[in-house]
Amino acid sequence: MARKEYAFYPGCSSQKGASASNYLTSVESMCKTLDIKITEIPDWNCCGASISYAEAGELPRHVMNARNFALAEQHLPGQDIVATCAACWLGARESKERLEHNSVLMADTQEALKEAGLQIKAIPEIKHMVEVLIEDLGYDELKKPVKKPLEGMKFAGYVGCQTNRPFGIHGESFENPVYLDKLIETVGGEAVPYDQKVTCCGGALAFSEPDKAQAQIKDIIESAYDNGAEMLVTPCPLCQANTEIYQSQINKKYGTKFNMPVLYYSQLMVLAYGGTAKEAGLDGNVIRARKLEEFAAK
Amino acid sequence: MSNANQAMAARYKNNFLKEIEEQAEMGEWVKMCMQCGVCSGSCPTNFHSGWEHPPQEIFMMIRAGKREEVLTSPSMWMCTSCYNCYVRCPRKLPITHIMHGIAEYAYRLGLAPKMQPTLHLSQTFWRNCTKTGRVNEVKLTQALYFKDGFMAGIKKGLEMKDVALGLIKAKRLNILEALGFGHKCKDQQGIQKMLAKARELEAKRKNRQVTA
Repeated sequence: MARKEYAFYPGCSSQKGASASNYLTSVESMCKTLDIKITEIPDWNCCGASISYAEAGELPRHVMNARNFALAEQHLPGQDIVATCAACWLGARESKERLEHNSVLMADTQEALKEAGLQIKAIPEIKHMVEVLIEDLGYDELKKPVKKPLEGMKFAGYVGCQTNRPFGIHGESFENPVYLDKLIETVGGEAVPYDQKVTCCGGALAFSEPDKAQAQIKDIIESAYDNGAEMLVTPCPLCQANTEIYQSQINKKYGTKFNMPVLYYSQLMVLAYGGTAKEAGLDGNVIRARKLEEFAAK
Repeated sequence: MSNANQAMAARYKNNFLKEIEEQAEMGEWVKMCMQCGVCSGSCPTNFHSGWEHPPQEIFMMIRAGKREEVLTSPSMWMCTSCYNCYVRCPRKLPITHIMHGIAEYAYRLGLAPKMQPTLHLSQTFWRNCTKTGRVNEVKLTQALYFKDGFMAGIKKGLEMKDVALGLIKAKRLNILEALGFGHKCKDQQGIQKMLAKARELEAKRKNRQVTA
């Protein structure tokens, strides 16, 4: 039996062929090394993300998350839910909190769930994968399997918004959370200090207000470069995509020469644990992390 | 004036604060604002165009009964859901959710700015993800690019060509999703029934017409 078991909520972006599929690849490999068993919640659905607020309204949004809670309870009893996406985690946690504190909302939710033949008894705990790593396992445990420390490599830990606010990781400050820096150091890398660690990448507004979002992304990448980082590291699929795929557009618009790879923490861990470039999902990076590809081949 | 707007304006007469408290999600918090302005200084889209009134101004305008100005404002639609205002507010107002709530209410009344891109994104995203239970990223992107018509969509597509090709090469964009392939839930019927019930119950609780 694995040392920890969780009901896994990968979310829409982390599926095969979707925009964060390489996140999933690296998480699966990382969990195998750490002896964590993640079992997908059967037939899970989208959390609605933050952006659906206007069309969804209140109850439909919570009901979508409640369906996942009910499915997890039914099929994977006693297991905490773990999400890898920041928005899935935030959406689910927000719904849990609202439903548990508002009996009217909970009663309405139960009535809606009945239509799908489901019900909630007790909502499971909802964790981000980062919480599983640092709270349920701890940095010391994460360090044990390190075979190839990422020595001499400089990373800017880009925490962004939704793993940090409003809930955040327990014991961390909203203004300067250090968990990502510690994860980088745990696998032997150097976490450079820089001032845009918790700046918003624009989130979904990268689609609807590209100029505003790209101005923010520019600040983030620029600050990472200015402070000597070679790569950005993030815990969120949307932060990853936004800060990576728009660099070419930003270069056109601002005359910059950005070409900074953006990795997930899980990719670094897989590499430090001796995994291959493929296991770390490095082939999923649009801006290829050449230095890490060479490191993996050594 | 839309019917919904007329009905609400008549029901709440000169008490816009009460209207927001009862109709907008988290609206009951508005009266707690002490006008310090930390929310405005914390907002990443502040100082960009379109940001007419920062949150604390919106809150004061609600108390001053400026119904039309608030509900037609583009300001709330600038929210990126970064939650900076939310965690910094000294009186612990859930500002992010209040802004979402006011924006949603303005939309339900037909007062949100026409062709507001973030409203369009919200509509498109929710319809996309609830159709099969999971997001179809390709169809989502297509719907967003072609929002201003066919030619504008082609132009936008060409501008973004390199971004899309990069993602396809990295196996992070499955163009077959355009044809309806890709990820979906099995119990789509259950999801539709559940959501229809949720909309019905929400309308009942807020004493409104069912929308969508």
